[in-house]
Amino acid sequence: MSMTQHADPAVTTPPAPGSKETDGRTAQRSLALRLLARPEVGVFLGAVAVLVFFLITAPPVRDGGAMANILYQSSTIGIMALPVALLMIGGEFDLSAGVAVITSALTASMISYQLTMNVWVGVIVALAVSLGIGFFNGWMLVKTGLPSFLVTLGTFLILQGANLAITKWVTGNVATDDISNMDGFSQAKALFASSFEVGGVQVKITIVWWLVFAALATWVLLRTKYGNWIFAVGGNKESARAVGVPVTFTKISLFMLVGFGAWFVGMHNLFSFNTVQSGEGVGQELIYIAAAVIGGCLLTGGYGSAIGPVFGAFMFGMVQQGIVYAGWNPDWFKAFLGVMLLGATLINLWVRQTATRR
Amino acid sequence: MTTPHGAVLKDTEPAQDRPIVELRGAGKSYGNIRALHGVSLAVHPGKVTCVLGDNGAGKSTLIKIVSGLHQHTEGEFLVDGEPVRFTTPREALDRGIATVYQDLATVPLMPVWRNFFLGSEMTKGPWPIRRLDIAAMKKTADHELREMGIVLDDLEQPIGTLSGGQRQCVAIARAVYFGARVLILDEPTAALGVKQSGVVLKYIAAARDRGLGVIFITHNPHHAYMVGDHFSVLRLGTLELSASRDQVSLEELTNHMAGGAELAALKHELSQVRGVDVDELPEEDDLTAPVAGTEGKA
Repeated sequence: MSMTQHADPAVTTPPAPGSKETDGRTAQRSLALRLLARPEVGVFLGAVAVLVFFLITAPPVRDGGAMANILYQSSTIGIMALPVALLMIGGEFDLSAGVAVITSALTASMISYQLTMNVWVGVIVALAVSLGIGFFNGWMLVKTGLPSFLVTLGTFLILQGANLAITKWVTGNVATDDISNMDGFSQAKALFASSFEVGGVQVKITIVWWLVFAALATWVLLRTKYGNWIFAVGGNKESARAVGVPVTFTKISLFMLVGFGAWFVGMHNLFSFNTVQSGEGVGQELIYIAAAVIGGCLLTGGYGSAIGPVFGAFMFGMVQQGIVYAGWNPDWFKAFLGVMLLGATLINLWVRQTATRR
Repeated sequence: MTTPHGAVLKDTEPAQDRPIVELRGAGKSYGNIRALHGVSLAVHPGKVTCVLGDNGAGKSTLIKIVSGLHQHTEGEFLVDGEPVRFTTPREALDRGIATVYQDLATVPLMPVWRNFFLGSEMTKGPWPIRRLDIAAMKKTADHELREMGIVLDDLEQPIGTLSGGQRQCVAIARAVYFGARVLILDEPTAALGVKQSGVVLKYIAAARDRGLGVIFITHNPHHAYMVGDHFSVLRLGTLELSASRDQVSLEELTNHMAGGAELAALKHELSQVRGVDVDELPEEDDLTAPVAGTEGKA
């Protein structure tokens, strides 16, 4: 897809130059067209459309509490969609992201409860484990040269099995024990799973984290060396290596960033529900990837934004909750998502082609 | 000369005649296969050295040695008169030897200015908030590109939207800016149209005029003769011809390039074959056509 995208202009340009002395090699494209060429604009319009649709068809959505709930739902997807999107821009994707969230939560829970320690010990160990999983994924990818699909599919299966087996072995149950009365629980809950009141509406703290992370990711992506490298390793790994970009470091650190996201969401799950079901998380990885793709990230890498996935995740949260508020059969949720994913991808493709064509 | 490293003038000025890069009887064997043997080559500042040869003549092996991808197994390789043996392309780069590969130069979806500074980005600010100095990078990229005669009005456009020749030129400008003293161009015109090739040749001349030594690898003697100061023709891993511009004409160069005597022998063989089976070899007419004037059709 990306090949034809940039092959096209190269073919059409030769007759264009005309007078080489002036700056007028290309006609300046209109502001609207240049805006449309941004990766996040398509999904922004999509998100607005979905929002308006549900505001009209589902009156309860107009309530502030409902909106806070929708945003909360979006944030739990959105926090993970961010590093997944960065990884995708970097040319890879991670199928183990969904179960890695649960692995992280299980680790923190079991370390704290079984060893009767302050929950922060579990939280820190879980962070190390999550970063370790990310490192393993990245390292395997770089060392073996296998595609990330294969490497992370392996990790996905390993973690899925290990989650269940180790939890059963340690706790004798498929879920971990309630850790709500352990030392440090309330502190950790305040950080990962608290809520605060804004104008009579309870707002979950994850929404704040989501937006903070999104702002940070955008800044890193567009304004730092590292961000430049992410685009480069996803766009053309060999060229990037040839001009001195540390490709190995960039790829591995991106996987570790996904590990960090998995840790954060895992901690949120743990401290809001006090206990973790070991079989959960399967299928979530595809939701994150879908949010990133809807958000305008190119599946083949080298193109995308961090703001796009924010709107992508919002669309997911909106549809998920909107169906319920509209009183429809929630069984249709996934089907609705599929249609949305295809629609958004096609619109993105069309928008990008229209905007970049000259 | 506005190279940031300043190494250019310091090293080259005292000994203007000394070549920056020199090969003396260099060769390379892969196991028992001798890919290159007894090749001597000198690259002087402000001169274009053309390396010509058919496929498999050893051109690639030659540039791989100079650019640090492979090591020579015989002879000498000198940079600024001192023998060297590079183990990575990075070492070659540090000595000011930059290679512009035909397809390995840019990241298509990234803007021109980001491509220009990729891997050597300008930053400002202390660590936690150290960020790209975008204004400075755009300004520098624009200035450097103009210096090379490349005028782009929108440095934000993805470099993939530029034509192949322009992309190559950006890569050349980039190498020049980052302190290259010797520029190795690996068949820069091979995949380009006539007009595009002209553009690239123009920038090769521009780089030469800025005092760089250029190694121009090509299999097109016409392109080579337009900008070259010295011509080395490789054939089967050895030097078939090494002559400066005033010693050789385009016609001779083309002849050497085509394999001269070898082609005549080939033609002889072909005409014999033709005698055996005329109708089965329709393409033979094309093969013999350019030199056919003397022998005619048997």
